Amino acid sequence: MEIDVLKRVPIKEQDPKERATNFEEVCLGYSAEEAQGEATRCLNCKNARCIQGCPVAINIPAFIQEVKEGNFAQASRVISDASSLPAVCGRVCPQESQCEGQCIRGIKGDPVSIGKLERFVADWARENGIKPEAPSEKKDKKVAVIGSGPAGLTCAGELAKMGYDVTIFEALHEPGGVLVYGIPEFRLPKQKVVAAEIENVKALGVKIETNVIIGKSTTIDELMEEEGFDAVFIGSGAGLPRFMGIPGESANGVFSANEYLTRSNLMKAFDDNYDTPIRPGKKVAVVGGGNVAMDAARTALRLGADVTIVYRRSEEELPARVEEVHHAKEEGIKFNLLTNPTEILVDENGWVKGMTCVKMELGEPDESGRRSPVVIEGSEFEMELDTVIMSLGTSPNPLISSTTKGLEVNRRKCIVAEEEFGKTSKEGVYAGGDAVTGAATVILAMGAGKAAAKGIDEYLKSI
Amino acid sequence: MYKILKAEMLAENIYLMDVEAKRVAKSCLPGQFVIVKMDEKGERIPLTICDYDREAGTVTIVFQIVGASTKRMARLKAGDSFRDFVGPLGQPSELCKEPLEELKKKKILFVAGGVGTAPVYPQVKWLNEQGVAADVIVGAKTQNLLILEKEMEAVAGNLYVTTDDGSYKRKGMVTEVIKDLVQNQGIKYDVCIAIGPMIMMKFVCLLTRELNLPTVVSLNPIMVDGTGMCGACRVTVDGQVKFACVDGPEFDGHKVDFDQAMKRQQLYKTEEGRAYLKEQEGDTHNGGCGNC
Repeated sequence: MEIDVLKRVPIKEQDPKERATNFEEVCLGYSAEEAQGEATRCLNCKNARCIQGCPVAINIPAFIQEVKEGNFAQASRVISDASSLPAVCGRVCPQESQCEGQCIRGIKGDPVSIGKLERFVADWARENGIKPEAPSEKKDKKVAVIGSGPAGLTCAGELAKMGYDVTIFEALHEPGGVLVYGIPEFRLPKQKVVAAEIENVKALGVKIETNVIIGKSTTIDELMEEEGFDAVFIGSGAGLPRFMGIPGESANGVFSANEYLTRSNLMKAFDDNYDTPIRPGKKVAVVGGGNVAMDAARTALRLGADVTIVYRRSEEELPARVEEVHHAKEEGIKFNLLTNPTEILVDENGWVKGMTCVKMELGEPDESGRRSPVVIEGSEFEMELDTVIMSLGTSPNPLISSTTKGLEVNRRKCIVAEEEFGKTSKEGVYAGGDAVTGAATVILAMGAGKAAAKGIDEYLKSI
Repeated sequence: MYKILKAEMLAENIYLMDVEAKRVAKSCLPGQFVIVKMDEKGERIPLTICDYDREAGTVTIVFQIVGASTKRMARLKAGDSFRDFVGPLGQPSELCKEPLEELKKKKILFVAGGVGTAPVYPQVKWLNEQGVAADVIVGAKTQNLLILEKEMEAVAGNLYVTTDDGSYKRKGMVTEVIKDLVQNQGIKYDVCIAIGPMIMMKFVCLLTRELNLPTVVSLNPIMVDGTGMCGACRVTVDGQVKFACVDGPEFDGHKVDFDQAMKRQQLYKTEEGRAYLKEQEGDTHNGGCGNC
């Protein structure tokens, strides 16, 4: 196999036309030969900047060297030391702004495909039956982890490796959090990848109790006082969907991206064998420009709709990963950029029939550093639609903060936790992920879960 | 798995089940609800809690067959299990939060319609346990659809039963009974709690507004997760968007936009109707029935 050191080994993908009609995974992954070829491009830097770019600090050059040599099992061990969910991260991390964004190769040419190599190693390990082992030494301390998304699974996995007795409490009927209800099958296969990674966490000795809503079924105080948990980690996720507050938003046919994706991903509404209905829509607008907006748009497309993304800034400001935007375009999603909805038009039966929008232009940068959009006078126009999906982010769920004595929240109602180890204002309680930061990424939540595991370990040693 | 200890048919298409769910039974209060899912492929169905036994660790649910999922659920028997049973969800009834002394001074009227009798029952029972006797109006389409009459009789102050077709006790709508009690008999109620079909709650509220009688309603809109995550259950109350699952399910009935809420309930009617017919008639169904 010939390698051009400036170019990454291309990755096989499902043809855009074909994949637009199915829920199978878009990216098909590297073969062993391709992975080994790509691995030769790594310069094995002494001062590896990629590791600093990784929120869970995987020893990237070390695992890539093992891949180069064909020692895939060893490569998997190197990754597992730092990450509990490598098959997930290899698929959904924004590598371009993390590890790959730091890669020296990227100065002149393509950075090394670190994400795709991680994915290859994790998939190889799973297919070859490599499972992590529970530690032989157990510690006599119990930790409750709230939420089984990326933050909770990581924190639980790390603590279990240290020998603690860990139970995860999950509000929904399946563990996985956003990996199950939010990210679609075609980007992250549920059975093959997510369920397998959760099994790996369980193999470390972690117990998972589903259908328990902390703040309702029981409280943190009760877990600590009555059920004997010595410490608690809160990784409860992002929370309540935001709407725009424009007229017509409660009409039939307006959904939050959370609802649309939950129906399709968690409840499998796209599959006729499942009872949950979904109204896919024929002409759909998705309002927003993040990864969730791309996921909702590409799901609607696969359910047979004609889909347009409506975003108020320009392409440069789209918060979604470059790869997701690229895939969406390839599949035929249209982009109405610099456009903002002002009203949802409703027919006499209460159903969506269209949306009035205005065109925008970019003005001065706002506090986030992005140029803020300004309405162009007289630019109003109508789109004909039957479905609008709002993907505008979320605000924190008050279920836990309002039922836990002494747990401080900030102005935005996010749980206050120290960045270094996730310590909250309540003794023995740690937090991380979207519940603390507001909606962010899988890998940042994992980083916070890992940091909190360290904090909890220190705390439990001290009492 | 959550074991069903008792399953019985209360009336045509209306079923009662006692389900083992220790965490829910320990912490639930009147006014709250649960979400059940019968098996891997089933829907998440929100149901108001009808009764609970903290010692036995059981929760009683009552449901009516309205679509394919509830029809399948009705076939479950004692000894079978639900795959998932989660709760309690939503806010407890306002009555549970009031100081007992205040509560005892109040004259309370409950209005229950159809299967809405089930969620009214635990509230009346709870009040009865606190020594408060509330009056209850129960309305049903016809005698065969009347549920929990004996149970209600045991815990209510005065019980007024009415059927739309006059097949049992009084004839007429619940609103006529309210008028009779308040206008003709001159009873002064401090608060009315109405739970039943959306259309009934709407008309009760139109009347009680005229009568100047504060009214609380319990909404049961379309939901998915029940924890505030999806926003499917949004309702407009006093011009503001609320999520019934976390802000409710009870709201000030005089401020609820019922017309919008009723339209939103229709959202999946066609899909549900189709699923129901597909199950009943299998491949023979070709959509010619006019129902779908």
